[in-house]
Amino acid sequence: MNDRLDKGLSGFIRKIREAWDLQPLLVPLGAILLSFIVGGVLIAMIGVNPFEAYWALLRGMFGSWDRVAGSIARSVPFMGSALALAFAFRAGLFNIGAEGQLLVGGITAAWVGTLTFMYHTPSVIAIPIILIAGAVGGYVWGWIPGVLRARTGAHEVITTIMLNSIALFGVRWLVNSRDPQILRDLTASVPRTKAISPTAVLPTIVDSQPNLHMGLFVMIAVCIVVAFVLRRTTFGFETITVGTNPNAALYAGINVNRIIILAMALSGAFAGIAAASEVSGTNQFFQPGTFAFIGFDGIAIALLARANPIAIIPASLLWGSLLAGAPLMQLEAGVSIDVVRIIQSMVLLFVAADAIVRYVFHIRGEAGHQMESVATEEAES
Amino acid sequence: MTVVDGPVPVLDVRGVTKTFPGVIANEDIDLTLNQGEIHCLLGENGAGKSTLVNVIFGLYKPDKGTVKVRGEEVKFAGVGEAIEHGIGMVHQHFQLIPVFTVAENVILGDELTNGPFLSMNEARRRIRELEEQYGLIVDPDAKVGDLSVGEQQRVELVKALFREADILILDEPTAVLTPGEVDDFFAVVRSLVDQGKSIIFITHKLREVLAVADRITVLRNGRIAGTADPATATQQSLANLMVGRDVVFQVDKGEAHPGEVALRVEDLSVEDERSVMTVNGFSAEVRAGEIFGIAGVEGNGQRELVEAITGMRRKAGGTVEILGHNATKLTPRKIAELGTAHIPEDRNKHGLVGSYSVADNMVLNKYSQAPFARRWVRNTSAVHDEAEELVEQFDIRTPSVDVPIDTLSGGNQQKVIVARELTGDVDLLIVAQPTRGLDVGSIEYIHQQIIDRRDRGAAVLLVSAELDEILSLSDRIGVLYRGRLVGVFDGADATREELGYLMATGSTPDTEEVAS
Repeated sequence: MNDRLDKGLSGFIRKIREAWDLQPLLVPLGAILLSFIVGGVLIAMIGVNPFEAYWALLRGMFGSWDRVAGSIARSVPFMGSALALAFAFRAGLFNIGAEGQLLVGGITAAWVGTLTFMYHTPSVIAIPIILIAGAVGGYVWGWIPGVLRARTGAHEVITTIMLNSIALFGVRWLVNSRDPQILRDLTASVPRTKAISPTAVLPTIVDSQPNLHMGLFVMIAVCIVVAFVLRRTTFGFETITVGTNPNAALYAGINVNRIIILAMALSGAFAGIAAASEVSGTNQFFQPGTFAFIGFDGIAIALLARANPIAIIPASLLWGSLLAGAPLMQLEAGVSIDVVRIIQSMVLLFVAADAIVRYVFHIRGEAGHQMESVATEEAES
Repeated sequence: MTVVDGPVPVLDVRGVTKTFPGVIANEDIDLTLNQGEIHCLLGENGAGKSTLVNVIFGLYKPDKGTVKVRGEEVKFAGVGEAIEHGIGMVHQHFQLIPVFTVAENVILGDELTNGPFLSMNEARRRIRELEEQYGLIVDPDAKVGDLSVGEQQRVELVKALFREADILILDEPTAVLTPGEVDDFFAVVRSLVDQGKSIIFITHKLREVLAVADRITVLRNGRIAGTADPATATQQSLANLMVGRDVVFQVDKGEAHPGEVALRVEDLSVEDERSVMTVNGFSAEVRAGEIFGIAGVEGNGQRELVEAITGMRRKAGGTVEILGHNATKLTPRKIAELGTAHIPEDRNKHGLVGSYSVADNMVLNKYSQAPFARRWVRNTSAVHDEAEELVEQFDIRTPSVDVPIDTLSGGNQQKVIVARELTGDVDLLIVAQPTRGLDVGSIEYIHQQIIDRRDRGAAVLLVSAELDEILSLSDRIGVLYRGRLVGVFDGADATREELGYLMATGSTPDTEEVAS
């Protein structure tokens, strides 16, 4: 009886400790801080007071409720594209095809959204349909490199880059072509698809710039589900096992090829849902340009979040807010939007080269542990 | 060569202590090496042998203590200085470049030059000299990648001698050799000391120590456990010193009661990664209640054979029948579900996921079965409980079941695999190199577990490169040579000599038929 109590108590204490273990957060936070310091030096070098510039940036991000909503809205699609990288990453795959998976998911959603039956379908059904359509589009575009990897050994980095190009030029052709008219809305002044059925539009929460819509909750829910799947399901266990030690996975009876294909396809689906939510919630039509760089930024966000689906939520919010705030900095302090891009890139640089951050902020961590365990091994051998 | 009367110490280690964070690898070690002797350093894995020689070779700086070479105290800043002082080391894992020739490998790092050009003729001439002087037969122009393991080791020796080393440190030199090659190697070592070289010989094989040593020092837990005289020491006395308690050598094994055929392999052919048919026409039967040992020099198809039988590797031809089912085309999962357990050759590559907890590794092959999962959702507390029970039952030393398994020692890691594989019903047990790199205590334990399983009616296929292991466990012994069984012996009748010859050559000394 006492034993059980002891055991339960120690388990409880362990859980609390884990919950308060901020160690994994230190490096990303340090990297962000360091990037802003270096960015500040850059701004000072062109003769602008960096504090003024950053103050303008901060107000651009969160200066009013409208701006807060706009910043959040900017962040929503990143959650999907970052998840597309993170999930594949946990299976040991480097999916840099989110850019293409977004485009294919987006155009599939837009096409389905303009089908005649959608106009007669109530929103409770039409919205799930358009989201699923986006997921299916992305799923297919992720499934292809997955199959190529599993069956032929073709590396997913190469194939996803190529599939990005195929998707980009493919959707451009579908949307640009006037004769034959394929998906282009001939009445619009720019190349884009027709508007989707009003019943398939995700409701707007705040009419900010851009508008904040229910897609936010969709993407947060997807992140949470993915976190649960990875942490608690047998499929998640199989995925991470394949990603950590494919030989052991094979030995343990896991169908490694099946996991590789599924992980790539599902990754694509996450990007596809994000694209569908943008098509449905923000523009109500599909225009290829709106997705430029969202997939590539997803790589950066996933790395910043260390491929943790829950951490992707705040990482995306940070990323999107910076992009949303940058124009005000340009307007008020005369510092180009590109500086924000430079700072973002530096964040990544410092996360990747985390030894620098650990050195500057005296963070003792995994690198130290590793050195210790190497020493122990040597002592033992 | 000067003739010496009394023993002249060429190397004198006094009070060396070396610690790593949390580990005392060496504590107050004294060691003397006299001119022209072979000093064996004996100890289990983790006893501190490698740390000690790395201190001597200048790879580690000792925290305390002194090292004297020929009476002069030295503090090496690196390996280069050790080599300048005439110390040479042959590592367990050869440091050779396979695409270079023997001569190129030998001069690497100490290139003989003539202006900007390498003077390969000079190098060849000096290698030939060494060859004559010590009986180290190597062709300077052969590519190292084409040489046998035994020949590669000779290249390593030539490399050290080329740099005029006269104190040689040999780290587990016989681990990779066949019994025949070991004899040749000992002859070379003898001729080296006869000509005045001094040798520190590291090993954990008791038989070799007694065969070759002039003096023996036994390490245990980083300290000197004792010294022994090879004239009076026995394997038993050395083992007790190494382990610190009485060791049971002869495995307690009753008679086998073979039953039905549990594994039948017919005419199996398997390709390796380079599409070489490394298993070629292998046929064998293993019955319930017996241990069938497969002896053979490594690289004769053992790995591919085991992987093919367990479904991890595609078969190029032939059939495999497990417990009455045709298992030729089954997946590893299906084969496991028939009642097969598999202790893999390479525990880090296949047997474990290093970053996973001990608990997750305990269920690596049954994570999806009840009670460890309900439908698709894992039940982590059931996993935790199972792991704690097995840790207790199999006496696995770990701070908790939640620590990553790569923080455990090799012996405890292997015990985790054994615990996992031997839980539940096992009708066919496939075991590959089960005690590689383990200490005597763990070896004893794992051997006992395998025999227990046999006595409970499992058929056991044991693949091992350790002839002693095969001989002490097997009821029947097959010799694998170039992917085929070249002989099958009764476990009680087989001798080391007979098996060793067959392993090395694929045929028996006489023209007589192979017993089967």
